[in-house]
Amino acid sequence: MKRFILTCLLALSMALPVGAVQPDEVLDDPVLEQRARELSKGLRCLVCQNESIDESNASLARDLRILVRDRLVAGDTDEEAIAFIVERYGEFVLLRPTTGGANWLLWAAGPIMLLIAGGTGFLYLRGRSRAVAPGSDSLSAEEQQRLSELLKD
Amino acid sequence: MVTELGHFALILAFMVACVQAVVPLVGAHKRWSGWMAVAEPAATLQFLLTGFAFAALTHAFVTSDFTLRLVVLNSHSLKPMIYKISGVWGNHEGSMLLWVLILTLFGAMAAWFGGNLPPTLRARVLAVQSAVAVAFFAFILFTSNPFLRVAVPPFDGQDLNPLLQDVGLALHPPFLYLGYVGLSICFSFAVAALIEGRIDAAWGRWVRPWTLAAWVFLTIGIGLGSWWAYYELGWGGFWFWDPVENASFMPWLLAAALLHSAIVVEKREALKSWTILLAILAFGFSLIGTFIVRSGLLTSVHAFANDPERGVFILIILVFFTGGALTLFAARANAMDAKGVFGLVSRESALVANNILLAVACFVVFVGTMWPLVAEMFWDRKLSVGPPFFNMAFTPFMVLLGLLLPIGAMLPWKRAKAGKVMRQMIPGLIVALALAGLAWTMQTGRSLLGPVGLFLGAWIVAGALTELWTRTGRTRDLTRLLRLPRADWGKAVAHTGLGVTMFGVAGLMAWEAEDIRVAKIGEPFEVAGFELTLNEVNDVRGPNYFSTMGNVTLSRNGTEIATLFPEKRNYPVAQMPTTEAAIDYRFLRDVYVVIGDEQEGGAWTLRTYVKPLAGWIWAGCIIMALGGSLSLSDRRFRVAAGARRQPQGVPAE
Repeated sequence: MKRFILTCLLALSMALPVGAVQPDEVLDDPVLEQRARELSKGLRCLVCQNESIDESNASLARDLRILVRDRLVAGDTDEEAIAFIVERYGEFVLLRPTTGGANWLLWAAGPIMLLIAGGTGFLYLRGRSRAVAPGSDSLSAEEQQRLSELLKD
Repeated sequence: MVTELGHFALILAFMVACVQAVVPLVGAHKRWSGWMAVAEPAATLQFLLTGFAFAALTHAFVTSDFTLRLVVLNSHSLKPMIYKISGVWGNHEGSMLLWVLILTLFGAMAAWFGGNLPPTLRARVLAVQSAVAVAFFAFILFTSNPFLRVAVPPFDGQDLNPLLQDVGLALHPPFLYLGYVGLSICFSFAVAALIEGRIDAAWGRWVRPWTLAAWVFLTIGIGLGSWWAYYELGWGGFWFWDPVENASFMPWLLAAALLHSAIVVEKREALKSWTILLAILAFGFSLIGTFIVRSGLLTSVHAFANDPERGVFILIILVFFTGGALTLFAARANAMDAKGVFGLVSRESALVANNILLAVACFVVFVGTMWPLVAEMFWDRKLSVGPPFFNMAFTPFMVLLGLLLPIGAMLPWKRAKAGKVMRQMIPGLIVALALAGLAWTMQTGRSLLGPVGLFLGAWIVAGALTELWTRTGRTRDLTRLLRLPRADWGKAVAHTGLGVTMFGVAGLMAWEAEDIRVAKIGEPFEVAGFELTLNEVNDVRGPNYFSTMGNVTLSRNGTEIATLFPEKRNYPVAQMPTTEAAIDYRFLRDVYVVIGDEQEGGAWTLRTYVKPLAGWIWAGCIIMALGGSLSLSDRRFRVAAGARRQPQGVPAE
């Protein structure tokens, strides 16, 4: 792990901006090139921090971009090309995590939470709409005066 | 000498903070007014001492005092003055000092403007605020002291990271911290109210201006950071869903939720315990953000202190304050019963929906940010959660929020009829649908994002306008608008800003055009209807860098629009290259040109992007911030108003 971070830092210091896809990488077939661009946007540059290979100018990212294009030219479908790369580099390269294994929890976290929060919110609102308004006797005279003073402004 | 005085002042401030954290709290408990009265002068003193320490550090940077370790590591005598100053907070130690400076500033402001608070509450707020300050003073003094000297001073410094040498990024941290740390006051108010054991409408009114101010600063800070990323990182992305960006985004979402729920507390005395919880969580997420940035736990583009020891220290601060406050919350929450009664269809319900959506959206961002860590810890899976996940999981909540916003904003309090509001919104709906339809027909086979985003943006803006229109009454008397409270104007303006930002995001993400090529000098080429010519490429020398500067003419239909100068810079001291994109900013689109490496035969790699509506993203942020400020300037919320108009003195305890 430590070495990994070190590599990342090193890569970061050497390989910032300047640019990603080089003109010599671009495929002649625009449809294929478009597919390659879309795929590259979903693949992580392994030596960078949170950059896709489409954005990164690290040499490894370039190798991966060329690899993706090679696979597409060889006639792979999008899925096959991605599977090929995942097989080589692990699921770490996928910027969009799979839904397999425990990852379903990641994908379902939002909807589940929305259901829980929505349900709680609804119960609360229903409770409020059926509640009986309490009298205003909960404030002492002094507090009432302070409050009205504050609200006057 | 000045440096040592600064160091000394910082230690003194630490001690004052210790006193302020304890004495007023005891005083408030025992009702000893003398002890409570310690808080105010102490808060002022703490701020002045920290301010002096910060000034001393700035002095060292400005005079390039290379006997100071921090200056050696982050400055250089040739650096332009503005970046010498911004270098003070362009590093871990200095930025922590800025953090506590702002923390004490907010504490002092609470003391200055808190004249209308009940004395016990004020004493408790200031004590809690000071307790947070104690933790951070200790953090600075024991783990990240900016005032350390070097034994053998070098002739010159090692320069600031060139990426940080930029106006946008010079201002980004101060604004962001004003926002992060501004939420500490809401936290202090929440904890003080829990200790006090009561929350009423007045509490909501006191907390709201602070939340509003924090939210405005966060909006500006995040906007600046995103704009910087846009022009500096070389390909014009505006949001990367990077852990550190998420760290600032989560408090923003929660602050926006808090802003709205505090209204319900103030107007209707409901949602009290939820609002308290939000106030605690909002600051808790600020602390989590600090932890993420400074612990190196999650690797990110701009984490700048990867030191486990510091990480553990911040984790302890985080657990102590958030955990402590939540425990207190659990113990006291049922003491806060709601008073207001309202129907299922009402402004209150709409604000509850707003809070649910914002909080769940924040939760999604949180889960996505922490998931790689969780997956590695529990299942030993090394995986990434990147922009594709966030775009898919987060966007639906914003779409829902955008759909509900105009209707919710117009629903009356207590009991409302949805049908009436819907009828008023029909013209707005037609305009928004027409715009989306137009976009749909003009684009063929591209993502749905463009039309949907355009619809939402137009829908929200139309909603804000419709609401203003209804405020003119039956007589359509426009002069009524002038008499409208500023808070109402603020609401309309801030909502408009959100709509404008949604417009920009949709336009940029859906209709961007891109071109990558080897451009020969003098040979024109076309990108999305624009004609570009690379005229020449020169080597230029800057104050502390060397630059390769291209000269590109941009024209459309034969008329020249602009000459752009994309640059590739090299900073010899820091040994780092940067790209400086040249951007032709226009109302409806940006043209964005980046120069790459030299190719054979006097040609250069040139990237050109046409980015529709890009500027709207940040224009929307500015409008949102403006709306917040307008609302803040409403005299009903001016925190000092009560204090100034009470010459007879506060009622005796």
